[in-house]
Amino acid sequence: MAKGNVTINVERCKGCAFCVEFCPTKVLALSSAFNSKGYHSPRVVALEKCSGCDLCGMYCPDFAIFGWRIKEAAGQEAPDAG
Amino acid sequence: MSALPEIVNPVEPLLRTERMPHIWCPGCGIGTTVNCFARALLESQRNLDRVAVVSGIGCSGRVAGYVKLDSFHTTHGRAIPFATGLKLANPSLEVVVYSGDGDLFAIGGNHFIHAARRNVDIKVICVNNLIYAMTGGQTGPATPSTAITATAPYGCYEPSFNLCALAEAAGASYVARWTTFHVRQLTKSMGEVLRKRGFCFIEVLSPCPTLYQRRNKMGDGLDTMKFYKEKSRVRNGAPTSEVALTKDGEIAVGKFVDRERPDYIESMRGRLSEQLGDRYVEMECPVCQ
Amino acid sequence: MQADPRGVLTGIHFIDGDHACCEGALAAGARFAAGYPITPSTEVVERFAARIPTVGGIFIQMEDELAASITIQGAVWGGAKAFTVTSGPGFSLMMEHIGYAAMTETPCVFVNVQRGGPSTGLPTLPAQADMMQARWGSHGDYEIIALSPNSPQECFDLTVRAFNLSEEYRTPVMFMMDECVGHMTEKVVIPPAEQVEVYPRRHTRRAPGAYKPYEPEADLVPEMVHAGEGYRFHITGLTHDEWGYPNMNVATQDRLVRRLQQKIRAAEDRLTMVDEHGLEDAEVVVVSYGITSRVAERAIEMARQRGVKAGRCRLIGVWPFPDRHLKALAARVKAFVVPEINLGQIAREGERAAGGAARTIPVTHAGGGVHRPQDILEAIMEAAR
Repeated sequence: MAKGNVTINVERCKGCAFCVEFCPTKVLALSSAFNSKGYHSPRVVALEKCSGCDLCGMYCPDFAIFGWRIKEAAGQEAPDAG
Repeated sequence: MSALPEIVNPVEPLLRTERMPHIWCPGCGIGTTVNCFARALLESQRNLDRVAVVSGIGCSGRVAGYVKLDSFHTTHGRAIPFATGLKLANPSLEVVVYSGDGDLFAIGGNHFIHAARRNVDIKVICVNNLIYAMTGGQTGPATPSTAITATAPYGCYEPSFNLCALAEAAGASYVARWTTFHVRQLTKSMGEVLRKRGFCFIEVLSPCPTLYQRRNKMGDGLDTMKFYKEKSRVRNGAPTSEVALTKDGEIAVGKFVDRERPDYIESMRGRLSEQLGDRYVEMECPVCQ
Repeated sequence: MQADPRGVLTGIHFIDGDHACCEGALAAGARFAAGYPITPSTEVVERFAARIPTVGGIFIQMEDELAASITIQGAVWGGAKAFTVTSGPGFSLMMEHIGYAAMTETPCVFVNVQRGGPSTGLPTLPAQADMMQARWGSHGDYEIIALSPNSPQECFDLTVRAFNLSEEYRTPVMFMMDECVGHMTEKVVIPPAEQVEVYPRRHTRRAPGAYKPYEPEADLVPEMVHAGEGYRFHITGLTHDEWGYPNMNVATQDRLVRRLQQKIRAAEDRLTMVDEHGLEDAEVVVVSYGITSRVAERAIEMARQRGVKAGRCRLIGVWPFPDRHLKALAARVKAFVVPEINLGQIAREGERAAGGAARTIPVTHAGGGVHRPQDILEAIMEAAR
């Protein structure tokens, strides 16, 4: 059971892959699809491993992804910075 | 799960989202530093209406235009003197200068050393991409020896500045260096300077895949991040004289200086009230509350 | 509104122009100055440094004029009224930030106590050769306001006005003194604070969200806010839209640059400030400003004694140039005689305004001293022929 999840803003992404590379539990991979600017954005390939640590969010230079913990989100709290 | 509230990126309230996507290239690290800065600000629990960002000119100079704070995009090299005036006129503001290595240390070098000497209570974040990126990748004061640039096509043969040593020698109260790989440490460091009084300096090495790494056959942004990961050694407290950067050598990161010195306003207030006694009148700040 | 009495040194004083300028700034509400030492202007900030700690404000001596001229603008956006003081070589360095102030519409005052140039020139001796630099020195198209005092009393009075105009039009104002006026000691009367009119900052009453930093009012001047008030606004020297965001295209550039010009040009009549005498019957008008106007006065008297109908038109406001006023004057006189301590900067403006309706005779001086009255007299006599 996943403890966390990520939200991806595909259109903001420029495909640098920082999030994919530095995700500690390897939740992400670059999508083969293009966004409207021609970049490959990340997609979730192993959601069950996501801890919601938000390291992807910290690395993202384009504010296009962030991670959040399910417990906190369910508690009506906005996810913090991890 | 359907009961989950709408989840937004925690940094979103700090961004001028109507201006996204930003102008920075794919793989550029400036956005990563802004991300860390936004998180540090959120964690600091400061009143964000009282935080102002001042930038100079260049890629990093565009930070001011993307953060949803009072923000000033000034002239090339002059962010620091502008910030000095802003801070002195309204000491209740937290004033952060966000700019690049060329802006802060070539055209703005004189202002940097004097603001550090005065210990003006401003926080300087220098995104160091080793080059003038906005203008097409020319040699800058931090370009390492032998690196190829647009104006050093046979390799740079000038020595570069050791920015941290310069900051310490000039009088900075706080000096740290991180890279865009060190997001947690960088965020923590930014949080520390937001709590500290005096002239604080954080250097952040950041990829410029378009103009620095490409010309020097160092790969893309991700390759640069891996390079930072491989070459970096945390050396908290290291003498700044020993942390100079080279093109391919070790990257010393960490907090190098954290010391207490009276800041400019404290020194001014102390001296003037000692000399003038009751006749000394503090500046009335129409905006301060 | 009335001046804050803490800054007004009411009384009768015997002080020089530099000191009077400082008192004018304090009376006008300036509580922040940044400067860098340069002859013959330094006395202005020396006095400010001595006075301001007991009035409540800050003087900071910066590392150079580049810094001083932008530090004051930081202070203005922090809520203060601010100015800087310099002379020719420093004025050259400040050009960058005169442009920034014009573009960002930052109200502030640049005092230039003119000395001989070019370059280091004549540090201790007078000139009036920065008049065109004051108008055009920074790159790009913009309009400027410049005032020129001819006595220590005017150094006080007009410094107050310079601040007021900078606030009203949200523009940098050039206060163009010269070494003679700066170092000349005379009686200066500083009135009670309630008689000193001060133009307040044009601060918006709109709430954050409803406010756009560069949305012009009817007079083409936008309202202002300060950092720390919750507006979360953005300011840039780049071409910007009404939100203050960079927007670099032909249409935005056109709208912005034309507004920056028009907000001042449209007010030309209000900004025409002249001191005239003997024009009812004049055939020859001596157009002068600053210290030269005082030498010219003697020449006008001498001409009258010789039966030549000469009159005075002293420019107090030099920029925007009083085109319409001089054009009307040119239609009813024979000639303008324009003495100035430069090689003909304002004379050419007079000639342009006259548009051929009257002759224009420059009386030049390369700097380092003032004209001899005879030199001006000869030009008047020639003009009358």
